Order: sequence, then structure tokens, then C-alpha cells
Amino acid sequence: MEYKLTAKMFAEALKENRLLGLKCNRCGAYTVPPKKVCLECASEDLEVVELSGWGQIQTFTVIQVPPEGFEAPYIVGMAELDEGPWLMGNIVGVDPDEATMDLIGKRVKLGHKIHPGDKFSAGEMVAVTFSPQT
Amino acid sequence: MREVAVVGVGMTQFGPSEKTNVELFSEAAMDAIAESNLEPKDVQALFLGNVFCGFEEGQVTLSAFAAADIGVPYIPTTRFEGACASGSVAIRDAYMWVASGAYDIVLAGGTEKALAMGTAYATRTFAMGSDSRYEAPTGITFPGIFAMMAHLYAKKYGIPLEQLKEQMAMVAVKNHHNGTFHPKAHFRKEITIQDVYKSIMVADPLQLYDCCPFSDGAAAIIIASAEKAKKLTDKPVYFAGAGQCSAPPLPNQKDITLVKARQASAKQAYDMAGLSPNDIDICELHDCFTIAEIVATENLGFFDHGEGCKGVERGETQIGGRIPINPSGGLKARGHPIGATGAAQVYEIAKQLRGECGERQVEGAKTGMTDTLGADLCMVCNMIFRI
Repeated sequence: MEYKLTAKMFAEALKENRLLGLKCNRCGAYTVPPKKVCLECASEDLEVVELSGWGQIQTFTVIQVPPEGFEAPYIVGMAELDEGPWLMGNIVGVDPDEATMDLIGKRVKLGHKIHPGDKFSAGEMVAVTFSPQT
Repeated sequence: MREVAVVGVGMTQFGPSEKTNVELFSEAAMDAIAESNLEPKDVQALFLGNVFCGFEEGQVTLSAFAAADIGVPYIPTTRFEGACASGSVAIRDAYMWVASGAYDIVLAGGTEKALAMGTAYATRTFAMGSDSRYEAPTGITFPGIFAMMAHLYAKKYGIPLEQLKEQMAMVAVKNHHNGTFHPKAHFRKEITIQDVYKSIMVADPLQLYDCCPFSDGAAAIIIASAEKAKKLTDKPVYFAGAGQCSAPPLPNQKDITLVKARQASAKQAYDMAGLSPNDIDICELHDCFTIAEIVATENLGFFDHGEGCKGVERGETQIGGRIPINPSGGLKARGHPIGATGAAQVYEIAKQLRGECGERQVEGAKTGMTDTLGADLCMVCNMIFRI
């Protein structure tokens, strides 16, 4: 069966700040980022849906020693989306030098950031971003 | 399945090396073969752990070149890639093949030249163990993953970050101390908690001395049926059980302090051995970062969740403690040539159970366990050995 929501489709939507995922018609769970089958029950009966793009920070770090091609410092975190799944992204709009444990629990709105990619990345890389709302 | 044993082990000096991946592995392999009272022609198959030979040396098909280098070009050889668990995954598979009766004598282990890549390039290639589409675009690094684990651990258990950082530093101090007694360790120097605090920040809250190094090195193990083993050595070290498990990408795992792949892998190993965590005398586990050791001691059942940090504080994981962890110095001090690490862990457990570890010997150790973790916390292998 054809792949319902590919990485390419996910990235193109993310570039418009739209977060696409898969909703399972069998168990109701959301699978984000996409997979071939439901993350919870492995059903292939999935539909592509747009998620709210809201979530809450669960953990984070400030990267000071980056991989080749990235400029430190920057913040990476994981947020729990309102629909349940956790997602990794860059926390933006916060000074990395001021990032503390207080970030955990903050309500965030999803956006995106484009990285040009490198010789290993098979094209550009589109990262999720999380903007804390005050 | 039939009984299987480790009959010989070999390991190169870990640390910077000008030798190639093949040269490193050949040195370790010939030591293991000699210790087993065998010759290369007796080896029926080669299972070789390695992650980045293509990036390090522009070389793939490494297992074939390695076999040819020790004079057995016409045997089945396979390279195993399981990120930082590659060496263990190769050894576990070799164990299964010998246990099945397909082979009687297999050479397994790993080799790596991580230092050849330099920090920025190595950090990029190591990040390939994260999901390339959905995680790598954030610039996540391996220290970054474990830094997120540390922050989540502190929050979940209500531990002030300063307190957790001190407990994490105690892991580094302990493993460096153990490493001073390991002649082949990458680092053989004592450090203090203050040294950890003074080191550069890598990924908040992990500082340089919370992190294991990039290393070069190789380790090799000869695995034989028990029947053969008894003829080859008077000190066979038997496989009691083994487990291996994968997991979905990091964010899908949600609470990353639990490392579900490890919980499942360890359960397989304990069940197969008919043992529980209380039966383990020593453990070589995956302390790629200081928080990783604390969390692993909980995941493996040596401490309750949230208690591993107190265990290190109370000295329970030192040599002579209730459950000595990483008597070899661990990844932190022995070093982490990633494809070889699992084999270096088995090397240590075999030497410990044979009572050959000198100043780092854990007295009376009869049952030992290894734990190796790779990539997005999505590749874990555990093995239990007994004499």
C-alpha cells in the first residue's frame, strides 16, 4: 500500500507552519512524525490530519558543541503535543544563555526553520521550532 | 540451544592510534586467537562490529578485509552496525550461531577509528544515529540527547539540578579512578568533581568530563561451543543469557529516563539466564555520559527508578561496593571506539570472572553482565556471563 504521509509531504507542510500527522481510524491515536502504520496499534487504516501545533515543553538542552554545519549555541527540546505525541524541535525566541529548567512546562506554538542540508542529508532539512508563549 | 563459552579475549590500547581499522582489529583478534590456543585457520566465521569505517577511512566491506588480514580470506564474514552497540550485537549473534550448532568457533568483536574524524565531523556522523528526517534538522547531538535525559530526570524526580550534577560528576570521578588500573584505557588519570565543573559545557547540563571520549581501538572475542571450550581452556566463561531490543525514534519513547529498549533487552537476558538483578556481581554498562550510567543502573534493575543517583553517592557502584559498575573505567575512561565498545565490555567481564584484573579486580565475581546502548536509545544489547 502506498505511503500515506511521506517525509517530503510532512516537510512541505511544515514549511507553511502546518503540522501534519496520521490519525488512526482503529484506535484513535496520532502518529507524528509519520510512519507507515499507527505507532500504537500498527493499523494501516490512517488518515492524514493537521494537528493544532500547540504543545508543552517536556525537556531541553542548550547545544554548545554542534555537528558540522550548525552554529552553536542553540536550544533543542521535546514537547508533548496537545494531541499526545512528543516531538523534537528547536526552542526559539529564548536566549540560549538564559535557558533554565523553567522552560519545562512552558506552552509552545510550533513553527519551522530551514537548514540548507549537507552532503549527507539528501536535500534541505526542515526543523520543527517551538516558540514559548507568555 | 547448546552451551557456549568465551575462550579467549584480546584488546588493543584504546586512545589515539595511527593504525587502520583492520590493523587494530587484527592485533586484538590474534591476541584472542592465541589466548584460545587456536590458529586463525580454526576460525569458521567473523562477526565484526563497526559503525563509521566509510566516514573514517573511505572503507566499506571491512569484515572481508579484516579476515584476509589474519589469513582466513575464505570464510563467511559480516559487518554488524548497531550504532554504539555494534560490537555487542556482533557478539550476541555469534553466540546464537554457535549455540544453534551452525559453527563451533567464531571470531567476533569490533573496531573503530572515531578520532580520525575530528570533533565537528564526528559529531555530525554520530548524529546520524538520530532520525535523519525528523530530529537531525534541529542540530541534535548525542550529548544533547543525554542532556535532555538529565533535565527530564531532575524534573521527574524533583532533584535540584545542582545536586544531580554533583552525583553525575561522582560517576566520572569513579570511572576515571577505575580506569587508572586498566593498562589499555584511553585515560588513566584521576579527576575530581571540581575538574568536571571546570570543564567546558558541551550540552547543558553535560560538561566535557560528563562525556566519554571519541576513541580508536579494537577488541575481539573467540566464542566456542562448550564442548570445544573445555578442550581449549581451563577457564571458559559461559554465556548465561543474552537479549537485544530496538525502540522507535526518541520522541516516540516519551519518558526517556526509562529506556524501554533496555528494559526489554535486559528482561530477555535475565529470563534466559534464569537470574535476577540481585544475582549479578559486576556490570559493564554504557556510561557514554554520566547521566547514562545512573539511568542504566535503574533500567537494569540494580536500583529503583530515581535511586541510581543516590547509589553512586553512597559508593554502592564502586569496586568493593554492592554492585560494582564499570570496573574497567567504562566508556568514560577506558574509552569509546564505538564499534569495539561491546567487545571491550565482554573482555572486561571475562577477565574479571577469570580473576585476572589485578588492582581493579572485583573479588569473588562469578556472574557478570554487559550493557550496550546505541543511537536514539533504540538499539540495546545485554549479555550475562558466568563461570
